[in-house]
Amino acid sequence: MFRYIFMIACLMLLGSLWLGSTAVAQKTMNVQVKESQLRATPSYLGKIVARTTYGSSVTVLEERGAWKRVSLGSGKNQGWMHNTALTSKKIALKAGQSNVGTSVTRDEIALAGKGFSEEVEAQYRKSNKNLDYTWINKMEAMKVSQEQMEDFISGGRLTPGGEGGRL
Amino acid sequence: MNKHYWQTGFILLALMTLMGCAVVETATTVATTVGEATGAISKSQSQSIRKSTAAVSKSLEDFTPEQEYYIGRTVGAVVLGKYSASADAKVNAYLNVLGQTLAQVSDMPELFGGYHFLVLDSDDINAFATSGGHIFITRGLIRCCRTEDALAAVLAHEIGHVQLRHGMKAIEKARMTEALSILAQEGAKSFGSPEVAQLTQAFGGVISDITNTMINNGYSRSYEYQADAAAVSILQRMSYNPGALTDMLGVMTRQIKPGGSDFAKTHPSPQNRIAELKASGKSLAVTETPAIRKERFTKAVGHLL
Repeated sequence: MFRYIFMIACLMLLGSLWLGSTAVAQKTMNVQVKESQLRATPSYLGKIVARTTYGSSVTVLEERGAWKRVSLGSGKNQGWMHNTALTSKKIALKAGQSNVGTSVTRDEIALAGKGFSEEVEAQYRKSNKNLDYTWINKMEAMKVSQEQMEDFISGGRLTPGGEGGRL
Repeated sequence: MNKHYWQTGFILLALMTLMGCAVVETATTVATTVGEATGAISKSQSQSIRKSTAAVSKSLEDFTPEQEYYIGRTVGAVVLGKYSASADAKVNAYLNVLGQTLAQVSDMPELFGGYHFLVLDSDDINAFATSGGHIFITRGLIRCCRTEDALAAVLAHEIGHVQLRHGMKAIEKARMTEALSILAQEGAKSFGSPEVAQLTQAFGGVISDITNTMINNGYSRSYEYQADAAAVSILQRMSYNPGALTDMLGVMTRQIKPGGSDFAKTHPSPQNRIAELKASGKSLAVTETPAIRKERFTKAVGHLL
C-alpha cells in the first residue's frame, strides 16, 4: 500500500515539474553574449536604457515575439532584450562559483570559459604557430555605434521593419 | 526486485512519452532518483542510465555561443592563412556599418562577440562566414556588386549562413559526440591539463571539419539556397531591394571563371541560384536605388570597382 502511495506521490511530483518547467524556466534567464543592451521598445531602434554583460541574470516580465521585457538585478532597470542574447541555462563565470549552487545538474549550467575557450585556443595556437590572429583581433575591434547605424539607415533612405517588423 | 525494475521502467517510459525528448534528461534524472530511493536500482546503475541518456541528447545546442565564438576565431584565422586581409579602412568601415545594421534584422542578431566584417585582398570571387560572426568578402566579390543593395545581398547571404549555423553543422557527428562528451565529464568543475589536451585535440578536429567544408568542398546546394532565401528576407526587413540578389548573381555569371578555384568550386552556379530564387518566388524585380545610396556606395568602394 505504502508503495502505491509513494508511486502516486512521485508521479504528482513529476507532473508538477513538467507543468512548472515552462513557467519557471522563463522567469529567470541569463545573458549569453559578451555584452547586450536593454531597450525602451522591443526593437533595435529602441533607445538603450541599460547595458548588461555575460553571465548576468535577468527576470522576464513580458514577451513579445522574439523580444523579452526583463528587469536587471534590483529591478530598477527594465527594458527589452532580444531572445538570442538570453539562455535559460545558468552561467557560472568561474568554476565552483557559488551563484550557481550545487543543486543544478551540469546540463543546466554553461560554464563560462569552459570547453572551447580562450584556454583551448591558446593551447591550439602553440602547436599551430602558422596561424595569425592579428586581423581577427583587428576586425573584432571594428565597432559600430547605435548612432552610426541610425545615421546609416536614415541617410540611405531605408525604412526598416516595413516587411518583417523584426527590428 | 523485478517488480521495482518494471515500475521504474514504466515511469521512465510514460514520462518520455509525456514530455518529449527535450526533457528526457530531467525525467531520467528524476526517475532514476526514484529508482534509487525505492531500492529498485543501485546508485551506479542509475548513474550509468543518466550518462547514456545524456550522450544521446547531446547536440549542437550544447555548444554555448562563447564556444562557437572561439571556434569562429580559429576558422577565421585559417581563412586568413589562405587569403590576406585588406587594410583598406574605408571599405572595412563601410562593410561593418552595413553588415551590422543588416545583422540586427536577421533571426540571429546577437552573437557572443557580435558580427564583424573584413575585405580580403583577392580578385577571386569568394566569401566566408564563421560561427563567431567573422564575415570575409573578397574584392572580387565586391566587384560583382553594382549597388549598395547588391552588396547588402552578399553580406545578408553570409549572415544567413551564420543564422542557420551552417558552419557548426559541418562538424562530423562522431567528432561532435566526442567533443561534447569531454565537456560533459566534469560538469561545473575546472578542467585539469589532461582534459585541456583532449579538448584541444577535439578542437583541432572541429576546425578541420569546418574549414574543409567551407574552404575546400563547399556547403551543400541546399544550404546555399537556404542562405539566399534568408538573404532575401533580411533585405526585405531592411527595405533594401530584394531583387538586388538576383542582379548581383547576374553580374557574377559574367565574371565567374568556370572551373576556378573559388566560388565556382564551392557554390552552385549563379544561374542555378537565380533559377532557385525564381522557383521559390524570391527573385524580385530590381527597382531603382535612391541616388543618395548610390553616392555613398561609390564613395566607399568605387576605387575597388
